[in-house]
Amino acid sequence: MIGVENLSKRYGRHQAVDDVSFRCEPGTVTGFLGPNGAGKSTTLRMICGLTLPTAGRATVGGRPYRELENPGREIGVLLDASAQHAGRTGREALGVAAQTMGLDRQEVAAKLELVGLDGAAAKRRVRAYSLGMRQRLGLALALLGDPRVLILDEPANGLDPEGIFWMRGLLRDFADRGGTVLLSSHLLREVEAVADRLVVIGGGRIVAQGDKTELLAGNGTLVRARDVEALRRALAAAGLTARDAPDGLLVPTETEAVGQAAADAGVVLTELRPAGGGLEQLFLTLTAESTKEAGK
Amino acid sequence: MTTTTAPHASHVEPVPRTGVRRPSLLRLTAVELRKLADTRAGLWLLIIIGLTTAVIVTLQLGYAADADQTFVNFFVPSLLPVGVLLPVLGILSITSEWSQRTALVTYALVPRRERVVAAKLAAVVVATLASLVTSLAVAAAGTLIAGVTGGSGRWEFGGALLLHSVVFQLVNVLMGVGFGLLLLNTPLAIVTYLLLPTVWSIIGGLVPALGEPAGWLDTSRTMEPLLSDSVTADQWARLGVSLLLWVVVPLAVGLVRTLRREVA
Repeated sequence: MIGVENLSKRYGRHQAVDDVSFRCEPGTVTGFLGPNGAGKSTTLRMICGLTLPTAGRATVGGRPYRELENPGREIGVLLDASAQHAGRTGREALGVAAQTMGLDRQEVAAKLELVGLDGAAAKRRVRAYSLGMRQRLGLALALLGDPRVLILDEPANGLDPEGIFWMRGLLRDFADRGGTVLLSSHLLREVEAVADRLVVIGGGRIVAQGDKTELLAGNGTLVRARDVEALRRALAAAGLTARDAPDGLLVPTETEAVGQAAADAGVVLTELRPAGGGLEQLFLTLTAESTKEAGK
Repeated sequence: MTTTTAPHASHVEPVPRTGVRRPSLLRLTAVELRKLADTRAGLWLLIIIGLTTAVIVTLQLGYAADADQTFVNFFVPSLLPVGVLLPVLGILSITSEWSQRTALVTYALVPRRERVVAAKLAAVVVATLASLVTSLAVAAAGTLIAGVTGGSGRWEFGGALLLHSVVFQLVNVLMGVGFGLLLLNTPLAIVTYLLLPTVWSIIGGLVPALGEPAGWLDTSRTMEPLLSDSVTADQWARLGVSLLLWVVVPLAVGLVRTLRREVA
C-alpha cells in the first residue's frame, strides 16, 4: 500500500506539488491523473525517495521508501522508460538489476518473456529500442523482483493499442491478486479503463479523488432512443426527470434505473451510459489552464 | 467464555517480506564491476588500459638499448599512460549514471546512495589493482623475451617501487572518482580533471610567490617521487597535503552533492 501525507515540493518560487495526500490500498489500481506539468512525476519521485520533499511524507507498506532494505523486492518502479543505458542490451539492463536485488538469473528470462521481448530483442542494445520496447523493458524491470506494489509514470506512452490493451490486463491481474498499483497519465480515457480509483491533480494540488464510478457517474446518465418522445414518456412514467442534452437526454440517476424504465415501456435505446461530464469537464478545464500557462 | 482482543486487520503493521535483505556491499561492488564492462565503451576502455603496457613493452623490445631492457624499465613507463586512463574509468563509473540517466534505476533499487558510491569506489580500486597485475605480468613477459633476444633481462624490482606504483595508480583513479562525484557530468569532469592540475602547474611555475605552495599542492610535482623506489618523509608529507585538496575534498563534497541531488 502507498500512503502520501501532505506532500509538498517547492523549486525556488515555483510550487510544483502543494499539500498532496492520498492512499492506495492493496487490490486496487489508482489512476493519478493530471495535465502535463501538474506535478505527477514530482510526486511519484518523492514517493520513491528520489526527490526530497519540502514538506510532508510518503510511505510504502508503512515505511518511507529510503528505509526499505531491498526496495525492488517490495515495490516495482517505472518512472521513465528512456532512463536506460543506451549501450547495454535489454537482457543486461535486467541482469544488473537482478544481481542488485539478489535474484536468480532465471527471473530475467521469465520477465522478458512476460512483457513480450523475445530473445532477439533482449540481445539488442537499448539504443536500438523503440519507445514501446523501452516501455516493455521498463515494465519487466518493475516486475522483476515480484513486488506487491507498482508505481508507473505514463506507462502507456509509446505503446501501440494492442500493447495498451495488454498492459491493462497485466495491471488488472496484478491488482486482483492483491497488488497495489499507482499509475499516472495525462489522458483520462487511458486510466478510466483500468483504474478503480482516481486522484486528479492540477497545478500541484489535488482537485478531485475518489472511486472512479462515483467520480464519473456524478452527473447522471446519458440516454438516447430511436423515439425520443416515447423515451420521455417512459422516464416520466417512472418518475424520472430528464433534460435535453446535445446528444440525447440527461437523467440525474444511475444507468440501471433509466434502462429499466425504458424496458418497462418497451422503448428501444440506442445509447445508455454514465454522463461522466463532471470529471471530464474538470479535466478539460485543467488541461486548458495548463496549456495557457505553457503558452505564456 | 474467553474473548481475544485481536487488533483489527487494517491496523496491523505490514510485515516486511521474508528473504528481503539489504544487498551487501560485496554484492553491490560486484554489480559495479559488471557495469564497468557491460557496455562497448566501458569494455574498450578496459581493453585499452590492459593493452597500454603491452604496446610500451613491445616498443622497448624493438627500440630500447639492450642494457635498458629490464623489468623495471618495462613496468614503470606504463604507469603514466595507464594513470591517465584509470581516472577516466573512475569518472565514467560515476557520471554515466547521470548522463545515461540510469541513476533513476540505480538509486530506486538502492536508496542509500552512499552505499552505491562506496561500491563504485571499491570497484574502481579492484579494477586498478587488476590493471597493475596485468602491467606486471606483461613486463615479466617482456623481460623473459629480452633475456632470450639478447636484452639485459634483469629482474631487480624493489618492494618499495611496487608499493609506490600501487599508491600512484590508486590516487589517480580516486581523483577521477572525486571529480566525477563533484561535477556529475562526463565531459566537464574529464576536461577539468585533465586541465586543472596542468593549469595549476603552469601558474605555479610562472608566479614565483606560488612556487612554495605548488610544491605542496601541485599533484604533478608531489606524485612524481612515486615513480621511483625512494620517497622521503618530506615528499610523503607534500603528497598527503596535495591529496587532501585534490582527492579528499572532491570526494567529500561530491558525496554530499550526490546524496542530496534530485534524481530525475
